[in-house]
Amino acid sequence: MERLLNVTSFLSILLVAMVLFSVRRSHIRVEYSVSWLAAAIILLLLSRSSFALEWISRQLGLGDPPLALMLLVFCVFVIVLYRLSVIISDLKDANIAMAQRLAIVEFQLQNRSANFPAKFNEE
Amino acid sequence: MKPALEPNQLLILIPAFNESGAISSVIQEVRAVMPEAPILVVDDASTDGTNQSARSAGADVLRLPYHLGLGGGVQAGYKLAYELGYEYVIRVDGDGQHDPKYIPALLETLRETGCHMVIGSRFQNGGSGYTNSLRAVGIWFFRLVLRPILGKPVRDPTSGFVGVNRQALQVFTGSFPLEYPEIEALVVLQRKRFQFQEVPCRMRPRKAGRSTITAVKSLYYIFHVLLGVFINVLKFERRRRKDSPREEE
Repeated sequence: MERLLNVTSFLSILLVAMVLFSVRRSHIRVEYSVSWLAAAIILLLLSRSSFALEWISRQLGLGDPPLALMLLVFCVFVIVLYRLSVIISDLKDANIAMAQRLAIVEFQLQNRSANFPAKFNEE
Repeated sequence: MKPALEPNQLLILIPAFNESGAISSVIQEVRAVMPEAPILVVDDASTDGTNQSARSAGADVLRLPYHLGLGGGVQAGYKLAYELGYEYVIRVDGDGQHDPKYIPALLETLRETGCHMVIGSRFQNGGSGYTNSLRAVGIWFFRLVLRPILGKPVRDPTSGFVGVNRQALQVFTGSFPLEYPEIEALVVLQRKRFQFQEVPCRMRPRKAGRSTITAVKSLYYIFHVLLGVFINVLKFERRRRKDSPREEE
């Protein structure tokens, strides 16, 4: 169990470092780094607090604290991925609406210049 | 394309993606049947010169900046038509499968019956046409699924040969399915208590190019559309329940 907790702690610290590095390099926006950092910190705290882990394990009815830790890892990352799916869906909707608007504006501009060539030439 | 000035003015909408082999003849056929109606081709970022072919054939072209898929393209056309004040829009596919000689029948049904959407149906009495066996099974399945939801039978729910009036246009400018839009669009309209009619028509094999729907995609299609229908039913039922106390007040 101790080895598993150490590995989890190491991976959590690695995740924090990676996310901070990516934010610094502008590969991840600050607002989207929050979920990952929160997830990593939760896992780090749990892996360093055997009392908390055992308590959670008892509450979940699991005899094995490592199993509880794996379940929590799974839940935390499902939540992060779900949140990202919501964000991606919003972005896609906004992007499609913007592409349609761009096409319509471009169409109307072209029609305008075709209908009023003299005016445009004067300008 | 000028804004609609007269009431009842019709726009023919042709969504197209890499249809340079068929688009010119489709436009010419439409022009022969409806010489007065403006034709708008929505070019979904084709890479084969569909844009130029459509312009050469005399159509207006709404060119999307990148590939949005059928629903995104059709919705862009609907948005433009709505903004320009068109009363009716009839969609004809750019691959030549829809025979434009049925456009007057679709338009007449929209005008005469006051329904919000009219579907060109290859299975209605007098209709006929080409469809592969896999698609036929899909159509049969969706007929069964849609019957209780729509409250009346629909014989050709996957037909893209559809006409809509301005009220339906308004709805679709706000909400239109992105992928495989035909069936979901029908559910969206029905949930708003809009009416639809079917008109017999003939469908032909595509003139050029290949269908993008493969056997594997067909399974995805069924799952995707079923999910979309289910979500739409839930969404509108929730809204109806929310709205009902206010109506009582």
